[in-house]
Amino acid sequence: MDQERVNLKPLRFRWGWLTATLAVLLVAIFAGITIGPAGITPGQVMVELIGSGLGGRPSTLSSIQQAIIWEIRLPRVVLGGMVGGLLALSGASYQGVFRNPLADPYLLGVAAGGGLGATVVIALAPATTSILLPLAAFVGALGAVALTYAVGRSIGGRSAVSLILAGVAVAAFFTAVQTYILQRNADTIRQVYSWILGLLATTGWREVLALIPYAIVCGTGLLLHRRLLDVMSVGDEEVDGLGVSAARVRTTVVVFATLATAAAVAVSGLIGFVGIVIPHTVRLLVGSSYRSLLPISVIAGAAFLILADLAARTVVSPAELPIGVITAFVGAPFFMLVLRTTRRYVV
Amino acid sequence: MLKGRYQVSLLMAVLMLVGSACSGENDTATQTTVSTTTTAPPNTATTTTTTTPTTTTAAAPSTKTTAPTTTTAPTTTTTVAPTTTTAEPEFPVTVAGVLIPAKPTAIVSLSPTATEMLFAVGAGDQVIAVDSFSNYPEGTPITDLSGFRPNLEAIAAYGPDLVVMSGNPEEIASGLEALGIPVLIHEAALDLEDAYRQMRQVGAATGHVEEAEELVSTIQEEIAELLDEHAPEPVDPNAEPDVRLTFYHEISDAFFSATSSTFIGTVYAMFGLVNIADEADPDGYGYPQLSPEYILEADPDIIFYGCAIWCGTTAESITERPGWSELQAIRNQNLFEVDDDLSSRWGPRLIEFVRLIGQSLGNFSRDG
Repeated sequence: MDQERVNLKPLRFRWGWLTATLAVLLVAIFAGITIGPAGITPGQVMVELIGSGLGGRPSTLSSIQQAIIWEIRLPRVVLGGMVGGLLALSGASYQGVFRNPLADPYLLGVAAGGGLGATVVIALAPATTSILLPLAAFVGALGAVALTYAVGRSIGGRSAVSLILAGVAVAAFFTAVQTYILQRNADTIRQVYSWILGLLATTGWREVLALIPYAIVCGTGLLLHRRLLDVMSVGDEEVDGLGVSAARVRTTVVVFATLATAAAVAVSGLIGFVGIVIPHTVRLLVGSSYRSLLPISVIAGAAFLILADLAARTVVSPAELPIGVITAFVGAPFFMLVLRTTRRYVV
Repeated sequence: MLKGRYQVSLLMAVLMLVGSACSGENDTATQTTVSTTTTAPPNTATTTTTTTPTTTTAAAPSTKTTAPTTTTAPTTTTTVAPTTTTAEPEFPVTVAGVLIPAKPTAIVSLSPTATEMLFAVGAGDQVIAVDSFSNYPEGTPITDLSGFRPNLEAIAAYGPDLVVMSGNPEEIASGLEALGIPVLIHEAALDLEDAYRQMRQVGAATGHVEEAEELVSTIQEEIAELLDEHAPEPVDPNAEPDVRLTFYHEISDAFFSATSSTFIGTVYAMFGLVNIADEADPDGYGYPQLSPEYILEADPDIIFYGCAIWCGTTAESITERPGWSELQAIRNQNLFEVDDDLSSRWGPRLIEFVRLIGQSLGNFSRDG
């Protein structure tokens, strides 16, 4: 039954949906830049951005208002978009190579490893967090994935199931170590939790610049694999039949997706849910062909996270909510609704 | 069939993720309150600063320590005579609903604030163990005991006849009471009166009513002097807000702050300062996380920052934050570091915190 459905999916590119999600992204960017706790009207923001930013006319705003727009809001929107896009893209790719709907950036221990790295820095070298934390999160995430991969291969060759089981075990172990360190350093718990729940509040252009190389390399790398992922969704033998090693494709995709996730997580903290909700929602709307799924997931993920961050800084304004709470709170019910109302669900 | 199973597993994943996000939220919430009662690691800088009130009162027990505890009790009782109401209580005594059968000689303190109070009222030599954060005054019987995740067996192993703690994590008090150990629980103080009340309770529970009373009045006098000297005119808290100075108190570099409904907040309010965090906390939770946009727009006159040790926050790192160099507090160099230990404890050293704010206001420079 499911096989038939797969075959019924159109393989042509879904230009209509691409245009629609792009439109949503543009609206999200516009809202993200013009709305915020500071009392600057959307009109003033547009005058500032277009008149002073592009047109070079003298600004009508105070220097603090200019700083709010250029130094705080703009980088936050850009970073939110990049992180959301990367997380959604990685999630979709993991689901493709493992042919498992539960696969997401957290599957292979990325979150647990990154969390442990961040915890170690916050607990042991607190004064250096701003410099070392992204690096440690990155190293921790990559370390966890490498361990998952080694364990997975040792227990079950190249099968996807053994990798996922290994990921669960590695994540449980890393989480236990992290919890132990937190218990030994009760002072640092709050700082670690603000990172675990996602943190776009303290970011600026520096984080954007740090993320750009990874976004370009991993984004391009994964998008280039979208046709192979389509073949892989049928079976490894079909990939091998093309003269390409399925195992090599899987490794390459996992490395790119992990690198993308680790980079995103390093600058923004652990923002959950984007990697699983967005690809599945997009899949329900546009079909399961990775040709359309991957690029549309990037755009939808970017729009989703920009809007989630907008909510994070406006719902309880002028206080902030952790963005991870928003992504779960909004994402989960929405996802359930989509699952319920759609009968086209196939991975 | 297969499809159904996928949907079920997806739903389960969704629920698990929501669950973990929510529990994470809870943890932050509790931690925010808890962290105000926590402490930074041993800080040599603060121990060397002069503490006029503390040392005078703390000197009393240290002179007595040569004599064993048993002789200390009668000496204090004999000196009590004059005042009418503050007569030394006869044990058993009931303090805050807790029956203490005899003068405690084996006190365990699980709160740094309580430890400072115990030593300041002269009960230091009755204390046998304190939690791992009780780093002040010097010479506390510091142990591995935790006030956040208290271990019943580890506490009971010290054979305490009184346990003083902050809050009641993991319902530990009922476990201690079941063992017949009286437990004095102090919630985080919300204002100076709370702090004074707790100091008096510590005095009453340990047989040092007089010293506790002295401690409180010394602190009250010093605060009155400091307010007299440093509070900017007008100190009237009902004065027009726009003539009063505004401030931002930063607890951590993720922009957590404390409102006027917190203990720290009430101290700032005494100086007639306007707290920019108040607007961000309509529910009175006390420790909101501010939006950086909002801090910039509020453009406070003064920034008090903590977390120098844990976050590595310095005046320089604040200035380097995106957009912050435009703030008048930074342009006029009105950034002042607040020691985390001082601002998170409401014990005898609260006078040092008050003094720090007073001195900062003395150094305040206006827009040239």
